[in-house]
Amino acid sequence: MDTLEVLTYIVWLIASVTFILALKFLASPSTARRGNQLGAAGMALVVAWTFVSTEGMLENWWIIVVGGAIGSVAGYLGAKRVPMTAMPQMVAIFNGAGGGAAAVVAVAEFLEFAGHGNGSLLPLPFVIATLAGAIIGSVALTGSVVAWGKLQGVISGRPVQYPGSQIVTAVLFLAAMGLGVYLVAVENSIPLFLVFVAISLVLGVQLTMPIGGADMPVVVSLLNSYTGIAVAATGFVLGNYALLIAGTLVGASGAILTQLMCKAMNRSIFNVLFAGFGTGGDTATAGPEGEEQLREISADDAAVLMAYGKRVIIVPGYGMAVAQAQGPVRELMDLLVARGVDVQFAIHPVAGRMPGHMNVLLAEANVPYDRLKEMDEINDDFADTDVALIIGANDVVNPAAREEGSPISGMPILNVDHAQNIIVLKRGRGAGFAGIPNPLFSNEKTTMLFGDAKPSVAALVAGVKQA
Amino acid sequence: MEISAFELLSALFILVLAAFVGYEVVSKVPTMLHTPLMSGANAVHGVIVVGAMLVAASSEGPIRIALALLGVILGTINVVGGFVVTDRMLEMFKKRPGEQTRERN
Repeated sequence: MDTLEVLTYIVWLIASVTFILALKFLASPSTARRGNQLGAAGMALVVAWTFVSTEGMLENWWIIVVGGAIGSVAGYLGAKRVPMTAMPQMVAIFNGAGGGAAAVVAVAEFLEFAGHGNGSLLPLPFVIATLAGAIIGSVALTGSVVAWGKLQGVISGRPVQYPGSQIVTAVLFLAAMGLGVYLVAVENSIPLFLVFVAISLVLGVQLTMPIGGADMPVVVSLLNSYTGIAVAATGFVLGNYALLIAGTLVGASGAILTQLMCKAMNRSIFNVLFAGFGTGGDTATAGPEGEEQLREISADDAAVLMAYGKRVIIVPGYGMAVAQAQGPVRELMDLLVARGVDVQFAIHPVAGRMPGHMNVLLAEANVPYDRLKEMDEINDDFADTDVALIIGANDVVNPAAREEGSPISGMPILNVDHAQNIIVLKRGRGAGFAGIPNPLFSNEKTTMLFGDAKPSVAALVAGVKQA
Repeated sequence: MEISAFELLSALFILVLAAFVGYEVVSKVPTMLHTPLMSGANAVHGVIVVGAMLVAASSEGPIRIALALLGVILGTINVVGGFVVTDRMLEMFKKRPGEQTRERN
């Protein structure tokens, strides 16, 4: 092993440590940003070292410069311009790009070695890892594009299932496995390998289309984990420990995060992937008899209730995100706090479209994060609360989850119905994202303020100023 | 090409230990940081750009060059976009001084 090689291993080691620290520092908001910057520095180091130390790189330098320039501009502009509400789909796109890159590398390596082979089979571990990188990377690529489409509203958020769709998926999967075994054990055939990749790409679409829009965050997290595994596999193929470690790290962390998200909804990953749950639109309507029982409240009355209360808990949901109401919400909080009202935010683990989505939005509006309470931390406080103000949240406060027989049965919810008064800000009279009627709205303590969240909250702000 | 048993075993050791590290590290991240976590982990697997660079370094012929270029573009989007978007999210988790004292008076 020459000096250059030793240095390469050491660079990989340093980069791997920065990646682990990047994730570790996310344990606290005060260190999280530094961790991310550290990870970026480690990444820059390993990229720069690979560029200067790899044999043959100088002849093909233009590929790196041109590709790097295009990728940097696209990635930077995308990341800088995306509104905070569209964050989940942006992460999906970046993840798809990573999965695509892993698949491309796997394809390039297979073509290279199978093309130059002398007819004898390539080593088993090499082919298995290459095929794994190709299939998992491809699924991550097309799956992420579908997830992006569903979150962006380009593709219907409804679970799309045609008759026999699960059979088609099963057949594709078995075909890919059969081809894989053939490619590993019988012949390293390039045409069959390309068929294998094509099937993988279709498989990504097939697996993601039947899943409802409300479950997309879980899917994005799972696909993130897939990309990690694909990167680890290509790392093995290339004999590159930086890829192997980073990929495995992300594969494992993505898997545990997916599990945490499913647990927050009290559903299994199998249920999320195959049950076709959620209608994914605000179109489902409650029965007419349910509608008539709803009591409305004026913004001024609602403002007075809060201004003269001791404690107000605000429950934000996706409605706040789409209306971009986080700024006015923060203004409302400031006014109430200035009057001596204790204001807290109750954040359900799956409020919005991603865990932590609400935290990001409220942080953007400068709401201090120590006012944001997680469900377990605040659920007992509702009994001692004058007003629970629900802004565009629905399923996470739906008491139907406590009963048997509802699609969300067993999902832990915020105990808003224990508060003295419940004020619900809601865009329309329809059911929520998951399409499930909500008995909370006809609760005798509940009053409704209909309309887009932003003007509604602005009206509350004006009301509190006058109160 | 040959793969020695030692290479295979080293890779296996790294794989298993890295998986445990990933599990342990992520278990300690609070829910409110799960979105940046997903995004940050997403940026980390952008290291695949290094793999695409290695393909580029040994590229001869139009197909391999095209694949290398595509890989570098996609990998760079993943890496740059991933870190920038995560930084944007985390920038917002700033603690405002004095806020805690204003709360209970």
